[in-house]
Amino acid sequence: MSLRSTLRYSRPRLGALVSRVRALVAGFALFFAAGAIGTAGAVAIDQPLEFENERQEEQYYRLVQKLRCTVCQSETIYESGAQLAADMRERVYEMTVNGRSEEEIISYMTRRYGDYVLYKPPFQLNTALLWVSPFLLLIIGGVTWLQVVRRRQSAETELTESERRALERFRRGDS
Amino acid sequence: MSKRSALLRFGLPLTLVLVLLGLFYVGLGTDTEELPSPLVGEPAPAFELPSLQEPQTTLTEADFTGEVALVNVWASWCRPCRQELPYLQEIAKRDVPVYGFNYRDSRQNARRFLEAFGNPYDKIAFDPEAEAGMDWGVYATPETYVLDAQGIIRHKHIGPINAKVLQEDLLPLIEKLKAEQQS
Repeated sequence: MSLRSTLRYSRPRLGALVSRVRALVAGFALFFAAGAIGTAGAVAIDQPLEFENERQEEQYYRLVQKLRCTVCQSETIYESGAQLAADMRERVYEMTVNGRSEEEIISYMTRRYGDYVLYKPPFQLNTALLWVSPFLLLIIGGVTWLQVVRRRQSAETELTESERRALERFRRGDS
Repeated sequence: MSKRSALLRFGLPLTLVLVLLGLFYVGLGTDTEELPSPLVGEPAPAFELPSLQEPQTTLTEADFTGEVALVNVWASWCRPCRQELPYLQEIAKRDVPVYGFNYRDSRQNARRFLEAFGNPYDKIAFDPEAEAGMDWGVYATPETYVLDAQGIIRHKHIGPINAKVLQEDLLPLIEKLKAEQQS
């Protein structure tokens, strides 16, 4: 499709424009409504929390930095602004102040969201390759490098008679 | 150059590149957003929530189990939920109860949504604070669970249902589970 015809097709008619504006307004309204609903029962980022003791506080902050936000894959729930992360922080907080242990909370989350919820994958059968591969690559690279170096060394020592004579000449400087 | 070293010099990089390309190809096809649910094979998690339409009625997991059924997580603010409604209706037509969790929504918006676009659901639990959502391992709407007659989660579909998912995944599984139930 040429640029001109693209432009023609994408030019909105007045009716379409009105409905688009209406959709936009409705979208904004929905967005704020969803925001209002969303704030209930969740822990916002940096929201001050009260703990009974220091041990619980440490456990909470340790856990939220260990758990992954499953909808925003490269963030922990500690740093994520997603609604789901806020829900998960809330659940971790509740369970922590109710005296549940770190292991209990982690197993609660993995039972529902899988190992994926752990920001640092555990070392087990299906993740073994992931953990071992850097070292494997290092070994493979090292062995290859050694072989290349060794071959080069052996190649250097084998000069033909004419090469040796040429080398002599270069050394004396009378080329 | 000897035959062996020529093979090494060109064959080795070529195989490596081909292996790498193969991995890339596989990587292209896998959807990294789609996560396997650890709940598949587990009984439907317990919950206790008011019904969307009748706030006085309390629904629990017992309301959703007992026969082969679908449990769909939806919200009025979720556009793909609207797109998958016809497919849910298609399933409801085949005598398979479709239950719903109304997720992070308001009653008013949810009811309006159903009035405007149709209601395929037998029962809907109202979950504005994602309480059951967390226990069911929900992370984004829409999500659909297939339960067998014993109330075990047998499949979880993440994202909207489309014609392909309906024909290739859901309907064959429902047929299979119904056959299991009868035998």
